[in-house]
Amino acid sequence: MRRPRWLAAGVIPLTAALAITSCSSGDEGGGEEPGAGAGDPAKNESVEITVFGSEPSRPLVPGDTSETGGGKIVDALFTGLMDYDPVSGEAREAHAESFELTSPTEYTVKLKKGWTFHDGTEVKAHNYIDAWNYTAYSPNGQQHASFMTQIKGFADVHTPDPDGPDAPQQPATPKAKEMSGLVEVNDYEFKIQFTEPHAIFKVKTGYAAFMPMPDSFFADPETWKKTPVGNGAFKYVARVPDQELQIERFDEYEGADKPKIKKVKFVFTDADAAYAAVKGNQLDFMDTAPPQAIAGNVWETDLPGRAKAYPVMAVQTMSFPVYDPKYQNVDFRHAVSMAIDREAVTKTIFEGNREPLSGYGMDLVPGYEDGACGKWCEFNPDEAKKLFAKSGWTGPIQITSNADNGHKEWIEAVCGSIQETLGVECTFEPVPQFSQVRQAIEAREMDQLYRSGWLADYPLIENFLNPIYRTGGSSNDNGYSNPEVDAKLAAADKAETEEEAYQLYHEAEELIAEDMPAVPLWNTPSISCWSERLTNVRLTPKRELDLSYVEVK
Amino acid sequence: MGRYVLRRLLQLIPVFVGTTFLIYFLVWAVPGDPFTGMCGERPCPPQFVAAMTDKYNLDDNVVVQYLKYMGTLLTGDFGQTYAEQPIGDMIANAAPVSVRLAVIAVIIEAVIGVTAGILTGLRGRGFLDNLVLVSTLFLIAIPTFVTGFVIQIVLGFQLEILTPTVSTEAKWSELIIPGFVLGSLSMAYVSRLTRASISENRRADFMRTALAKGQPKSRIVGVHLLRNSAIPVITFLGTDIGNLMGGAIVTEGIFGIHGIGKLIFDGINDKQGAIVTGVVVLLVLVFLLVNLIIDLMYAVLDPRIRYD
Repeated sequence: MRRPRWLAAGVIPLTAALAITSCSSGDEGGGEEPGAGAGDPAKNESVEITVFGSEPSRPLVPGDTSETGGGKIVDALFTGLMDYDPVSGEAREAHAESFELTSPTEYTVKLKKGWTFHDGTEVKAHNYIDAWNYTAYSPNGQQHASFMTQIKGFADVHTPDPDGPDAPQQPATPKAKEMSGLVEVNDYEFKIQFTEPHAIFKVKTGYAAFMPMPDSFFADPETWKKTPVGNGAFKYVARVPDQELQIERFDEYEGADKPKIKKVKFVFTDADAAYAAVKGNQLDFMDTAPPQAIAGNVWETDLPGRAKAYPVMAVQTMSFPVYDPKYQNVDFRHAVSMAIDREAVTKTIFEGNREPLSGYGMDLVPGYEDGACGKWCEFNPDEAKKLFAKSGWTGPIQITSNADNGHKEWIEAVCGSIQETLGVECTFEPVPQFSQVRQAIEAREMDQLYRSGWLADYPLIENFLNPIYRTGGSSNDNGYSNPEVDAKLAAADKAETEEEAYQLYHEAEELIAEDMPAVPLWNTPSISCWSERLTNVRLTPKRELDLSYVEVK
Repeated sequence: MGRYVLRRLLQLIPVFVGTTFLIYFLVWAVPGDPFTGMCGERPCPPQFVAAMTDKYNLDDNVVVQYLKYMGTLLTGDFGQTYAEQPIGDMIANAAPVSVRLAVIAVIIEAVIGVTAGILTGLRGRGFLDNLVLVSTLFLIAIPTFVTGFVIQIVLGFQLEILTPTVSTEAKWSELIIPGFVLGSLSMAYVSRLTRASISENRRADFMRTALAKGQPKSRIVGVHLLRNSAIPVITFLGTDIGNLMGGAIVTEGIFGIHGIGKLIFDGINDKQGAIVTGVVVLLVLVFLLVNLIIDLMYAVLDPRIRYD
């Protein structure tokens, strides 16, 4: 179903020609924000907007939804203690009236009164406590269980699988069903106690793992899964599996981000067909244009005034499989990083739509300080050559990735940059499918450099570091392990204030850059496109349409 | 005749069991792990994998899995996807769309293809014959996705006379153009097949006899020639119905149609064996029944063929 590469390749020279001829018309930047302007209230009420999506891979239980297809629906159906500003990404109180540190290891949360689930029952403290306990309890097999790790009593409800998932031995049944660290004070107040200080926990609670669940879910999960009941700005209406899912504005919603539009339909379809549908005004919104539209910036000519590159919390990196002895020389890794002319690649391949990175996070994340990578991420041919000679590397350098999704072009450019600087052969080794790369990575059989990237779950630098660079982190794919980094990250997690935590994370980043297990390249904005009838279109840093802001003209 | 039909229906059972097992086995044997990519760009937590493996019997060997699957299938339950959605509903939603698409494609194939074939077959060499030969050769030579994209771009975006993609309701009118794209290749085959069959039968003995008996031309062509030339064409059209339903993956992808083809493609991509097998079960049934009907039609068309 995917369009073959040669088609896209054929499009590039064509659009390059278009781009050159249109250059004379001058820079159109600095004008009015595309898609801005007031909507029509009558139409907001009557029209159903359609949004591109993909079939959720699990039922819409927030604690069990970690991929983006289900994630954007869960985010519309639920609102937690905190949420994130759709522009700056800053965490702010949502259902929490107050969220205070009452001791270094304890947060006290007071809830706003009068918030209800879509079934009319009020959202109370026990809805949070029950939901978090359900997520953490290991026999429930919830994907987000690890988010509860720091809460006191987690070890009692979550037992590890003793011999890995493929072996017959089943994990032991935990000795408790509830974490002792979640204490209900009254209906509108509860305490969260940690085994060690964990100040940044507050910012995390806007993420899907920490949503409240209604009593009906615990009474009968199977019925709930058929018609999910949340507490967010939208309520579930109906669903056709593998086709579409409809939601409708929840008029009793008490949050500040009340939507203006009445109905939204997520349509699960092929990305290329969805792009054609947006072009033809049959589909209203697509968060990320497909590669065929991004190659050569076709989208700019295809959809004038109704497409835009939005910054999202995503970074592009290139990882070394450090478990392979070949890649254990740190001088080699630094040499590769310093041999890449990031400025030139972003200018030529992405036409300035991406910004080179000089750290392992990105500046859309509050409290993030750029530049931890320092000289290691600067293009420095002389130093790179010296380090490369010192490393004693022999043979060609290979970089692998799936070739579709527009990755081929930039990897070849990066390779060209490396080859020119270091005078060593560098080749791109494409594989047909993304899942093949993932399999080699997960089996730890990778023997080439590989493309890697990260879309943060919530706006915290912690989310760019702990999962990827900490020993045994949930996404630590390349086997990187440095006790000093682990200690620094642990210290940051335990920091008593957010500021102190951010400082320690920055120091951890510096330590990681000294080891260079992965090369930071650039941020990856998302090119969103929409139909002519939408206005006030905005993409959140989590790569979702801001449903509270969008309107119909 | 009745006994023949009964025998053919009984033969369906082993064919059905064999094909479904083969498909189940093939999907099972495709390298890869359904949990790759299920949890975003990170491996799924082991407790999650353990719970899912248990729930979907992924630990059993393939024969046991297949038997468990067939057991529930025989009660009319197609099972659930990993997202706990009923596969039966998904097929029930997708099948009518694909049937509509296939019917339109077959009608286009049959009407245009057979007409072109008859005209050229009767007239013999000439301008029309060359035109049809060249244009069908052209259609056969270009793959469906090229026809699809060209039509989508030209009619949908440049001339703006049709909507470039099909809505989720997939109304009949919206499916005409995709149906044409889907049927275009077979249309070319049908016209060539009809043409060859007719020009061959024109020289047959029974034609000379009919002519010698002094029958009117319309009766000679309409009854004797067409009826005898129809067998290969009907055979082709019949098998094509199944092909068009299950093999519309490319066309459905281009026009964003939510049919059987998309369902299979998604099922294979996510390694959801139950979806793929479920759809194939349906397609196998369609193939078998259509073939049975076609075999019975042979006897109607050609009195020399008897099923006793």
